[in-house]
Amino acid sequence: MNFQGSVIKYGDNVDTDVIIPARYLNTIDKKELASHCMEDLDKTFVARVKAGDIMVGGENFGCGSSREHAPIAIKESGISLVIAKNFARIFYRNAINIGLAILECPEAAEEICEGDELYVDADQGIIENKTTGKSWKTAPFPAFIQNIITGGGLIAGINDGKI
Amino acid sequence: MAMTMTQKILAAHAGVDHLEAGELTMVNLDMVLGNDITSPVAIREYEKLGNGPVFDKKKVAMVMDHFAPNKDIKAAEQCKMCRTFCNERGVENFYDTGKMGVEHALLPEKGLVTAGDVVIGADSHTCTYGALGAFSTGVGSTDMACGMATGKAWFKVPAALRFNLVGQLNPPVSGKDVILHIIGMIGVSGALYRSMEFGGEGMHTLSVSDRLCMANMAIEAGAKNGIFEVDDKTLAFLKEVGAKEPKIYAADPDAVYEKVYTIDLSAIKPTVSFPHLPENTHTVDEIEKIAIDQVVIGSCTNGRLEDLAVAAKILAGKKVAENVRCIVIPATQKIYLEAMELGYLKTFVEAGAAVSTPTCGPCLGGHMGILAKGERAVATTNRNFVGRMGHPESEVYLASPAVAAASAICGYIADPREV
Repeated sequence: MNFQGSVIKYGDNVDTDVIIPARYLNTIDKKELASHCMEDLDKTFVARVKAGDIMVGGENFGCGSSREHAPIAIKESGISLVIAKNFARIFYRNAINIGLAILECPEAAEEICEGDELYVDADQGIIENKTTGKSWKTAPFPAFIQNIITGGGLIAGINDGKI
Repeated sequence: MAMTMTQKILAAHAGVDHLEAGELTMVNLDMVLGNDITSPVAIREYEKLGNGPVFDKKKVAMVMDHFAPNKDIKAAEQCKMCRTFCNERGVENFYDTGKMGVEHALLPEKGLVTAGDVVIGADSHTCTYGALGAFSTGVGSTDMACGMATGKAWFKVPAALRFNLVGQLNPPVSGKDVILHIIGMIGVSGALYRSMEFGGEGMHTLSVSDRLCMANMAIEAGAKNGIFEVDDKTLAFLKEVGAKEPKIYAADPDAVYEKVYTIDLSAIKPTVSFPHLPENTHTVDEIEKIAIDQVVIGSCTNGRLEDLAVAAKILAGKKVAENVRCIVIPATQKIYLEAMELGYLKTFVEAGAAVSTPTCGPCLGGHMGILAKGERAVATTNRNFVGRMGHPESEVYLASPAVAAASAICGYIADPREV
């Protein structure tokens, strides 16, 4: 699993209420959810995000509500991967379950800047910053988790007999 | 090797003698819960999974509480989707308008959770039932779907933080002040991935209502679950609500905790969390006058009868300040009825407060009390994130029912000891 994209960066404690405000939870339509992604934190996100972009956050990314609508909105917006110092536990689980790639790497999340171009080899856990030339190594996911993510989520994985 | 309370409950449900922190395990579930905003996503996934019968009609619960009574057409469609799903499969614990309550107040009241249970819910505040000695945690909709289909869920066994409670609270200080104090002390990721285990002599002085409030907010410290030791008060509560036979698990004396904190309940003061994180705590006696526009008393955190009793006592014979909207939301139909019989609702209405049917409503900015740009609320709810109760430039201050009621009278954040 490889990713290449430019960075959209946020800070610590990005909560699921700002990822997708509750006032939009009266729908489960993925595109509609994505059209409001990050709205209360960054009104420019939806207009500027490009398919393949990589979101970088600080500590406790995805804290708060268990709403799976949050990783769904991020994934549907075109974000290919989220890198953070660490993730809140329900978001972590939900991201894997719906097939949104995530990686924990505190050093990379600290040093990467908005707009940097990254190349990420998730199988090896290698993050390369092509803008600055710096790279980091982090623990890759075990194969069964990677299978869930690449297969499009837990349910698809179960149905395909991969899990 | 010694185990914590959480580890013992997970081991028993995994059918093994022993589990250690960090191990992955598959456990049997005693209850799978969802609400009107998380269940529709779960149902969509469930349909992809073969769409068969649920694993146990008695062990699935769906509560229409977040945007119910239906706030708009889309919310109505979501509730309809849940209703149809439950009717078609004979799910016994489906709670709709007129019978429902805020889910985490409702399930304990209905006796649907007992000590020793493993409960997952597609709602982050599912950790509430730890107050009753259960392992209980929030998950997403996909986990809920798999749980409904198989009756199982996988977990990474958590390490634990231990909170030894000593002393006794000085009223009007409550469980809410204790948990806000703890979150202020350890931070919103202070218990990330871990269980928060509460015990000690002081624990026995806390009411079950205070414990439910504290376990409810374990997630606000990032915890996987919060759990209290089981004592006579727990057992009396479970008996009163008709819960099934409890199974009592106690931590081994030499169980390993990453950290042990001692919390002197007698030293806790009324505490308020400032925007926009629950960890931004201040004691009410150290803050300037902060003018407010709205007060919300309710939610899964503080909408129980004991909470309304505290608020009613403070508001009795008084008036809500001229420029303040005070909204009181009993958390369940039973609480609503009891509050009516005890005269609390009359007290609230006479004081100039609005009383609502049970709903999560304003807590998550759904309906029934949304804030405009620049407005400020004191709420007995659990989160004060940006935009949580309405406009992204509004503010929520988290507090106990006593502080909220006192603030409603004063028009600014007030110390209940001075009203």
